[in-house]
Amino acid sequence: MSALLEVSGVSVTFDGFRAINNLSFNIGARELRAIIGPNGAGKTTFMDIVTGKTRPDQGSVTFGDRSISLLKLSEAQIAQAGIGRKFQRPTVFEDQTVFDNLMMALKKPRSPFAVLFFRPSQPDAARVQALAEEVGLGQHLARKSGELSHGQKQWLEIGMLLAQEPRLLLVDEPAAGMTLAEREHTTALLVEMAKTRAVVVVEHDMEFVRRLDCKVTVLHEGAVLAEGSLDHVTRNPSVIEVYLGRG
Amino acid sequence: MRQGFLTRTPSVLIFLALLALFTLVVTLASHAYGTAFLSTSFVKTLGKTLCLCLVALAMDLVWGYAGILSLGHMAFFALGGYMIGMWLMYARTEDIVVQAQANAPLPATPQEISDGVASQIFGVVGGAELPAVWAFAHSLPLQLALVVLVPGLLALVFGWLAFRSRVTGVYLSILTQAMTLALALHLFQNDAGLRGNNGLSGLQNIPGLGQVSQDRLSVWFFWASAGALGLGYLLAAWIVSGKFGSVLRAIRDDEQRVRFLGYSVEGYKLYIFTLTAVIAAIAGALYYPQAGIINPAELAPIASIYLAVWVAIGGRGRLYGAVIGAAFVSLLSTWFTGGRAPDLSLGFATIQWVDWWQILLGLAFVLVTLFAPQGIGGLVDWAQGLRAPNRRGAPLGPDAGALQEREATE
Ligand SMILES: Nc1ncnc2c1ncn2[C@@H]1O[C@H](COP(=O)(O)OP(=O)(O)OP(=O)(O)O)[C@@H](O)[C@H]1O
Ligand SMILES: [Mg+2]
Repeated sequence: MSALLEVSGVSVTFDGFRAINNLSFNIGARELRAIIGPNGAGKTTFMDIVTGKTRPDQGSVTFGDRSISLLKLSEAQIAQAGIGRKFQRPTVFEDQTVFDNLMMALKKPRSPFAVLFFRPSQPDAARVQALAEEVGLGQHLARKSGELSHGQKQWLEIGMLLAQEPRLLLVDEPAAGMTLAEREHTTALLVEMAKTRAVVVVEHDMEFVRRLDCKVTVLHEGAVLAEGSLDHVTRNPSVIEVYLGRG
Repeated sequence: MRQGFLTRTPSVLIFLALLALFTLVVTLASHAYGTAFLSTSFVKTLGKTLCLCLVALAMDLVWGYAGILSLGHMAFFALGGYMIGMWLMYARTEDIVVQAQANAPLPATPQEISDGVASQIFGVVGGAELPAVWAFAHSLPLQLALVVLVPGLLALVFGWLAFRSRVTGVYLSILTQAMTLALALHLFQNDAGLRGNNGLSGLQNIPGLGQVSQDRLSVWFFWASAGALGLGYLLAAWIVSGKFGSVLRAIRDDEQRVRFLGYSVEGYKLYIFTLTAVIAAIAGALYYPQAGIINPAELAPIASIYLAVWVAIGGRGRLYGAVIGAAFVSLLSTWFTGGRAPDLSLGFATIQWVDWWQILLGLAFVLVTLFAPQGIGGLVDWAQGLRAPNRRGAPLGPDAGALQEREATE
């Protein structure tokens, strides 16, 4: 299996502090991967690098069949290449309706000229409706997304990511602040999504990671500490020491 | 699709109907075409006000929708005025020169006419040569093209430099203000070739229409201004009603997130910045023939700040808000500063509005910003019994069954 995303030898320094230290790892084309690690381990920074928000000091990041380098692309170009990102706190456009949020995310030409003359067709509207139903918001298309509950906003954001049809999805702490029922729904969504694309989930909650039932990468001080099944890594003494042993 | 657009946005139809009605009323009350109830100078004031409404519309697009607080749009407005003013002044002076030389034994050569025009226009600043920037001033079509091209290109280049390096927020505002100031200072110099602080004058006299009285011309310009405002409103409403408007508002609220959706935020900002600069320039090109004179003071940064104040007071992020704000505040300002407002006697002191109006305006701006961010336009929501959704606050409703907000008009 060739890798969809290849990160190798990446380092980032913020004001002399090494947040990512010679980090290397690969994600396969249809893989679900969980990344865990203590606060400040560099999980969010890793996502920032892949999505073009932060430029690494050294190393390479390549993506796709033709292994294009992501380091020269802008955030928008990376997103268009097929990488979607979900943030730690839900970020939807609260001033706009669920429909508008999803329509904006729908995979369509993104240039200002194309967008100016774009008017949603019947199939577009149907696709948005289907997406909304998939994430449990079928009844809420006309509502302002600012009125949604915290969990619903998280799902809307996941729906927007689905609409983008990314080949790689980066999800930062999706379960934070969710009720138990919402967590279960979210787990199911993530597992379902990983059937057709690669999904990388950053999560603190061990129960949540266990339910995902996938390969786990442990980050610590900006580098990979251990990798394998959850049971495998939780038996690793150094993991126990830096992460699990804390509390 | 057009049909759908108008029915989906009823406020556009209401606006256009009101504008048409207003135009009709003013026409019927004018000297030239009606009861002469309105003085010609007041018709001009109303026509100018419509142009200010158009530039406010542009400001609302760029600030209210896209979140770019530009303090440079009145510079584009004035540049548009300068471009049309050059033709007006050249062509009219040419008429005068040709007439003056009509009695000469030999017909004047083109060179003599051109020299005559140059010394007429530039005598006041001690020059007799036509500067290079006047190269196209003899031609109305070329100068009309420049109305669009000069401000448009300036906005394009400036915007490209500023947005590309991701200057945002207050820094961008300062940068646009610096551009405005630099342009004003440049035009103040005689070397700039636009008559320095004298500016261009006599713009109310339209070449070739010397026989037409100002009474009539004022109404014609009023019609043109109303037409431009109507078209501008239609265009703006069409832009913001679709996905483009969605993306603009999204950029205003969280531009980083928009990037991760795959939209090139810089491209969109440049697009709307340049487009609105062109709209502002067209508004200016209609304004200054009605004002009769333009000078570099028109580009002072304060003018662009006023523009932002109008839009804020009217209610940004809704098109009719910008129009209401510009019309209301600029007419009120004309009234107060025109010395027509009666002095207010407080016993111990007398408030003379000419001096106090600015303070009143500043105070109104602060109060609106603090207590009524929706501006005058918010009254429309209030009248419809809507409560504005709080964009930054916590979720309004817990789960299913939360209050379903009726969509705001617009
Ligand atoms: N822009 C920045 N400037 C300076 N330091 C930064 C910046 N971004 C991250 N850091 C630092 O880099 C380290 C890694 O941060 P990061 O956000 O990636 O951690 P994380 O693993 O996501 O933690 P958490 O579990 O708390 O979300 C932290 O020490 C953080 O303070
Ligand atoms: Mg984090």
